[in-house]
Amino acid sequence: MIELLEYTIPSTMLALVIHALLPLGFILVYALFAIWLERKVAGHVQDRLGPMRVGGWHGWAQTIADMLKLLHKEDIIPTQSNKFLFKMAPYMLFTASYGAFAVIPFSSAYIGSRVDIGVVYLLAILSLLTLSVIMAGWASNNKWSLFGAMRSASQMVSYEVPTVVTVLSVIVVTGSLNLMTVSEMQTGNDLFGFLPNWLILQNPFLVIAFIIFFISILAESHRVPFDLPESESELVAGFQTEYSGMRWGIIMLSEYADMLLLSLLGVTLFFGGWNSPFGVFMAGPLWGFFWFILKGMLLVFVMMWIRWTLPRLRVDQLTYLCWSVLIPVSFINLVLVALWEMIF
Amino acid sequence: MTETSLKTPDSRKMVLNMGPQHPSTHGVLRLELELDGEIVTGVKPHIGYLHRCFEKYAESLDDYSKVVPYTDRLDYVAAMSQEFSYALAVEKLLEIEVPERVEYIRVIMAELQRIASHLLAVGTFGLDLGAFTPFLYCFTEREKILDIFEKASGARLLYNYICIGGLMKDVPSDFKSDTQNFVSTFRPKIKELNDLLTTNRIFINRTAHIGVLPAEVAINYAASGPVLRGSGVSWDIRRDDPYSIYDQLDFNIPIGQGEVGTVGDCWDRYIVRVLEMEESLKIIEQALEKMPEEGDVREKVPKRIKPPEGEVYVRTESPRGELGFYIISDKSPRPYRVKARAPSFVNLSLLPSISLGSMLGDLVAIVGSIDIVLGEVDR
Amino acid sequence: MTKTEEIFEYLKWRFEDANLVYHPANSGQPWIIISAPFIREISHFLRDDMELRFDSLMCLSGVHYPSEEMLGVTYHIHSTRYGYNLVLKVAVNVNDPLVPSVESIWKTADWHEREAWDMLGIKFEGHPNLTRILCPDDWEGFPLRKDYVQQDTYLGLETK
Repeated sequence: MIELLEYTIPSTMLALVIHALLPLGFILVYALFAIWLERKVAGHVQDRLGPMRVGGWHGWAQTIADMLKLLHKEDIIPTQSNKFLFKMAPYMLFTASYGAFAVIPFSSAYIGSRVDIGVVYLLAILSLLTLSVIMAGWASNNKWSLFGAMRSASQMVSYEVPTVVTVLSVIVVTGSLNLMTVSEMQTGNDLFGFLPNWLILQNPFLVIAFIIFFISILAESHRVPFDLPESESELVAGFQTEYSGMRWGIIMLSEYADMLLLSLLGVTLFFGGWNSPFGVFMAGPLWGFFWFILKGMLLVFVMMWIRWTLPRLRVDQLTYLCWSVLIPVSFINLVLVALWEMIF
Repeated sequence: MTETSLKTPDSRKMVLNMGPQHPSTHGVLRLELELDGEIVTGVKPHIGYLHRCFEKYAESLDDYSKVVPYTDRLDYVAAMSQEFSYALAVEKLLEIEVPERVEYIRVIMAELQRIASHLLAVGTFGLDLGAFTPFLYCFTEREKILDIFEKASGARLLYNYICIGGLMKDVPSDFKSDTQNFVSTFRPKIKELNDLLTTNRIFINRTAHIGVLPAEVAINYAASGPVLRGSGVSWDIRRDDPYSIYDQLDFNIPIGQGEVGTVGDCWDRYIVRVLEMEESLKIIEQALEKMPEEGDVREKVPKRIKPPEGEVYVRTESPRGELGFYIISDKSPRPYRVKARAPSFVNLSLLPSISLGSMLGDLVAIVGSIDIVLGEVDR
Repeated sequence: MTKTEEIFEYLKWRFEDANLVYHPANSGQPWIIISAPFIREISHFLRDDMELRFDSLMCLSGVHYPSEEMLGVTYHIHSTRYGYNLVLKVAVNVNDPLVPSVESIWKTADWHEREAWDMLGIKFEGHPNLTRILCPDDWEGFPLRKDYVQQDTYLGLETK
């Protein structure tokens, strides 16, 4: 991709900028779509239709209208807040999610940066989210915000452990931290002659790893049943209580970007990344992009489905689940994955 | 200045104002919380944000029947029950009997209202715990009841339908079929609700063993309705101090048995409401069957009601518990004293005694399980 | 002992100083009038007596009688074990409205008594926290008194 851009665009600098901005454009379009989808999923789960009017067909333009409304809103900054941090926090939040997209292989032809420590980079960048959330909560100078930020910090720090351990189980199999290499390893349909070479199908213990991974990313992206940092019925809106208008819009955007990012990571690690499920049929760089996004959106859809079905856990149950269930199981599972790899 | 803010602050504890604008205080309740991390070490309810002095209104109006619309506004999600109770009290003061058909229609209305109110209670309880979907499922069903009410009274929330001596007007001709239709479609919906929420593992974890209210404490606080029955006390005014035609109807009183936790926890209070909806369906079915097809819906009451000197205390089982009206008459057309004993007011007063030591998330569950309506707490 | 009259006879010989008076009613329930200082003692007896067990206070209402310059409190009590109901009444002078609190006997009286203080200005002796409950803490006057005149302004806002 970068070669193509450098070839067609005379300035290397400009080519690099365009190359870097491609995911941003994608995230913005995706967020508009995902918020609309969320409302449609919620609507249909709840036996109603969701937005139906704006734009004609099933209210497709609803989020665009909402965005315009958010842009028009007054920018309210509490007088007693730490103004610099308060303004910075949403941008930092979004920067962190956006920065992490750099190592996601969207298709065989496009990856932001083909670094060899891709997974480590991604997990490290994700930790910035915790920092931004605490920043937002502290700077707001509101007890509810602080409460939400504290919950968020404990939750994200806790759930990073099972996430990392499950990612590690995949790394044990692949032997590479480069997500592009991981995707390339899963090309082909050789398993039992017809199944795709996806990692989740290669090693039975990776199924368990995936389940733990999925639970952990639900918690990391603050989705129900782990939406404690912003649980509206307990903490008003958690760390976002004081945010309004477009600043709140950016927080929202980064939340949806997080969901997608973590889902795409899951797809890359377990479900063959950009590989077509039908071997060479419908394969190629553009098809790769299609498959990758489709798989990612399926996981995002499952997250939405769960959100509109389950109640929320309590804060102690949340940490219990992490430290007493997921972490021990994921460690044992890691050993089992490695053993399976040694034996077969 | 409140008392807590004058104390020397304990640096390890945080004083947090929950409400009056908070998503899960069910209105304008304000709780002054003292928190040690997530643990609630002090709760102080502040009420009165919705106070409009209903009793003063009632005593200033120059007619007993003019009070009826104001009673609607006490517990605005169960207006029929309030009117019913007030009408019964004044009728007792006047010593008049209402026609049989009226009794049946009133009971059907009150039970439909109970289902509507419990649906709201159960739905918002789920909402407090983060389950959004059951709330809308409940609301769909509640709408059907409101449709029936609207056909009969013309209003969807504050009906002003049951009046002293009878009803404002007769029910529409398709009332019976509409109600029967609702009863038959609603039964399977309760099962759906149970599948979605009642037996949900997370829901049980959030409600079992939480906010345990022992029976003696409940009685000492004069708790009533599902809050008292959730603690395992089989007490229902419809059966134990029957009014209207409840003594001719056959129904059970569900009580909390601690099936998934301790007797008197949030889940018990919740399940009592769910089971009561089924009992209400039974009552409605029986009443529809026995209801006389034809008949007057208004007993002759004088245009200007002047009850003899005296006083009555009439209590009925509203969806939230014992709703009492204490009315003193001094022979004038103006009520001398009207006191509304609101069940939510009494039930809310026991909140501090059951929520200490629980977590913030539990407190939300406890407030939700008590099911208060601030219109009635503040009157 | 289901009737107020029987309970009255039962109480009368125990509390001779309390000036118990039985009052029949035209409609509704008869009541027993008690001299105010004895209400806590009698309530305590009614709650704990093995044959009565009035363990629940259904309702506590304050009433203003301007013609007699009196403030009254009406207690509707109930025995969940035996199903009895009983109405007790006390009356005190409006200038010195002191009634012993029954909060220690029935916890539910806590808020009811605060309400009666808030609305009618009846002082309940021994109540742990007798503050206004429905009106703001700095409200003037007692709204449910018959001679109540609403204050013109509250915190600089017109109230009428």
